[in-house]
Amino acid sequence: MHGGVAAFTVTLAAPEFLSDLARAQGGRTRNLVILNLSGGNDSLSMLAPYNDPFYRSRRPTLAIPSGSVLQIGTDASGVALGLHPRLIGMRQMFTQGRLALIQRTGYPDQSRSHFLGTDIWSTANPSNASDLGWAGRYMDTLPSPVDPLVGWNTSGSLPHVLAAAHVAVPSIPSPARYAFDSPNTGVEATAERTAATRMNARPPLDNPELAIVYESTQAALATLDRVATVASYNGTVAYAANNGFAQALKAVAGAIVRGIGTRVFFVTTGGYDTHAGQNVNAANGTYFNLMGTLDDGLLAFYTDLQNQGLLNDTLVLSFSEFGRRITENGSQGTDHGAGSVMLAVGGRVRGGLYGTAPSLNPDPGNPTLENSGGDVRFETDFRSVYARVIDDWLGRDSRAILRGDFRPGAPAFL
Amino acid sequence: MPLAVEPQIEHLLRRAGFGARADEAELYQKYSVNQAVEYLLNYEAIPDDVDSHIGQAGYAGMTTAGPFSPQSRIADARQRWLFRMLHTNRPLQEKMTLFWHNHFATGYTKIAGLTNAAEGARYMAAKPSEDPGGVRGQLEMLRDNALGNFQNILIEIAKDTAMLYWLDGRTNTRAQPQENFGREIMELFTRGVGYYTESDVYAAARVFTGWNLTRPGSAADGSQHFAFTYNANQHDTAAKTFSFPIYADGGKTIPARSAGAGMQDGFDFIAGLVASPETGRYLANKLYRFFVSESGQAPASFVARVGGMFLRTRGDMKAVMREVLLSPEFWSSDAYFARYSWPVEFVIRTLKDVGWSGFSLGDTLTPLSNMGLVLYDPPDVAGWDTGALWFSTGAMLARMNFASALASNQKFRLASAAKPYAKTPDDLLAWATDALVAVPFDRSVLAELSAYLTATGPWTGSDAQLQAKVPGLMHLIAGSAEYQLL
Repeated sequence: MHGGVAAFTVTLAAPEFLSDLARAQGGRTRNLVILNLSGGNDSLSMLAPYNDPFYRSRRPTLAIPSGSVLQIGTDASGVALGLHPRLIGMRQMFTQGRLALIQRTGYPDQSRSHFLGTDIWSTANPSNASDLGWAGRYMDTLPSPVDPLVGWNTSGSLPHVLAAAHVAVPSIPSPARYAFDSPNTGVEATAERTAATRMNARPPLDNPELAIVYESTQAALATLDRVATVASYNGTVAYAANNGFAQALKAVAGAIVRGIGTRVFFVTTGGYDTHAGQNVNAANGTYFNLMGTLDDGLLAFYTDLQNQGLLNDTLVLSFSEFGRRITENGSQGTDHGAGSVMLAVGGRVRGGLYGTAPSLNPDPGNPTLENSGGDVRFETDFRSVYARVIDDWLGRDSRAILRGDFRPGAPAFL
Repeated sequence: MPLAVEPQIEHLLRRAGFGARADEAELYQKYSVNQAVEYLLNYEAIPDDVDSHIGQAGYAGMTTAGPFSPQSRIADARQRWLFRMLHTNRPLQEKMTLFWHNHFATGYTKIAGLTNAAEGARYMAAKPSEDPGGVRGQLEMLRDNALGNFQNILIEIAKDTAMLYWLDGRTNTRAQPQENFGREIMELFTRGVGYYTESDVYAAARVFTGWNLTRPGSAADGSQHFAFTYNANQHDTAAKTFSFPIYADGGKTIPARSAGAGMQDGFDFIAGLVASPETGRYLANKLYRFFVSESGQAPASFVARVGGMFLRTRGDMKAVMREVLLSPEFWSSDAYFARYSWPVEFVIRTLKDVGWSGFSLGDTLTPLSNMGLVLYDPPDVAGWDTGALWFSTGAMLARMNFASALASNQKFRLASAAKPYAKTPDDLLAWATDALVAVPFDRSVLAELSAYLTATGPWTGSDAQLQAKVPGLMHLIAGSAEYQLL
């Protein structure tokens, strides 16, 4: 079990509509959308150093031909970089100066386990991976009473990054299904909902395991009506119906546009554990499709918020548990590696390429690699990226939330 | 509605099974606790005929697109497994199969994506008797070995077609070893994270080089299928050294072998993993959380006893489970209702308690997905996030809404079943809380339930009132926090 499922309460006296409270807590709401690329993203296929001679020799089937990459210039070390050819929307964001790509992010002695790795990126605490989530710790700094919709998880179960001590973040994969059904109608149905609300009003103090279920039920019943306002959101652009990631972002956009008070959203898109048949280059290849899912969802979200003048209030920040091995394996895939790339998108993001690309020379003495030249070595500690977000976007002291000072060396993308 | 049975037997059937149907309650009532445990463990003595009742009157229904085809359609396979959980007379076999499914968590979606939907269902769920090529799907293998020998299960899993797709072993070759299975067999299936090194991962990958797939059978009669083969040409014959002992003498190196004899590497490695005290501890902790309690850590005494039995018997799961089910920890009053129900446990127990007559198991599939559990499709190889993590707000609403849908479906039957006990609201409440056993309700919660019964008008006990209030009450109780714990 991940640590710290919340002990928080909403009393019956709490106002039914809490946006006023939410506004009072933060003025104009700034939104943070945490994006998880689950499985370990192969950053060298997302952001390719396409002129590195070892890129092609170490990845004979996976390297993107230099004629296919979407060129976005060179980084501070002069390495030419290109986005995966399917990332057309992201290139548009880059060109508009609203996409930052932070290269070689990671941490010392990086875990190659999916599960420990995800815990570490979620807690920002490699020495205690069962700590609360870093975004959860941020929410714990908000003054009480905290709006129960301050966080919104679009996946089915609570991600570790949102685990907080004092805030129970609701999981709302589909606003349309977030409703209280009844075998009856009319006054009978209303009586049931009233009874359910009253039954769960007082979590038992002597049974903390049971109290957690009470609190979840309370949070669900207390947020239903506001979430219902998002269910009818259509957006100014089409979000692909068969793309669950895009649909999750549509709900996030709806929550932002309706102004229901949510500060932190979590969205996830999976399938990045590409050990075999990674197929980077063919249209409808595995990695090509991953990029399609990502790009279609992000572009719809970006355009929708831009159209409605809300992009300046929004920051999307990605993470993935690790990058992948540089040399492709015998299955035309890649095994677990280390350093990777983080994405930041938003109206106030200073777009561009941050950090330097690895040299892919397999010489064990190559300082940009580790594991005998096998994996990308981190250059920017991911916690310094979080520090920048906490200090400059969320307006809190990152040193307290991150349990250490990671400001030095933080890339200036905000 | 089940008869009231001894609290101990109810506890045992909630944990070692999926709750109690009326006939189960009646049967187990005749047994002492020890007899009941032995009856559950020695299920080979009970006829395995549950599948033969599919489609018969008196049993839950199915919703299928065309003829019922669990060997090639995953929605049908899901319904068959739910049918077994509901109607089996071997509840512990199904419960252990669920435990193993989460332990060796393999996802249909990836396999179907690499093959096709029918092949994905086949490699996960086919019974040899219904498959033209005699394919035994992964879950059938686990079911056959539910209380078998763990070492044997590991060997079968390493050779399992679905697993060879899922963790990419099918492409593990001498020139370029594939690490996915080699890592997870140590991290998730045996020793646990922190008890292996990265160089162990590389060595483990090399151990299983050549454990690939072949394709016997003929396309014409449908017998063609992918199956395990040891491909000697693709085996890395060099020695493999680990950071932990593989052999009883403490040896950490699997010796260089000829390609022809190289499959022995895998058997040696698996035997070494099963003989590791770390594996005994890892499984004992996992069994504790699944069968005994999720409140706090497994006591050292439990881990020592259960892990010790695992090591002594080299993974005899029947002996290990006897140790678990007869442990003082299992029977401690602290363990009662100290386990969060999984969505399938909640759904099956609700069906047993509320009723299934005229209900289709097809109507559980979307609710289960909303609760966070799609059978044959765990989120990743670590299995589901269990415990309190089942209870996100969205998932809790999905549970309440399933309770509502079932109560609505059973409306008329519930109203007439309750009628003799519905003289007063409190009589009805006593009947309902007796039928749906949960953490005892606080008096204030009982007062709210009682108030609900008269919230829209005075109590008359009329048919119309019962048809509204009895389903409403069942909805509230099955959707209560108290009912979510086992």
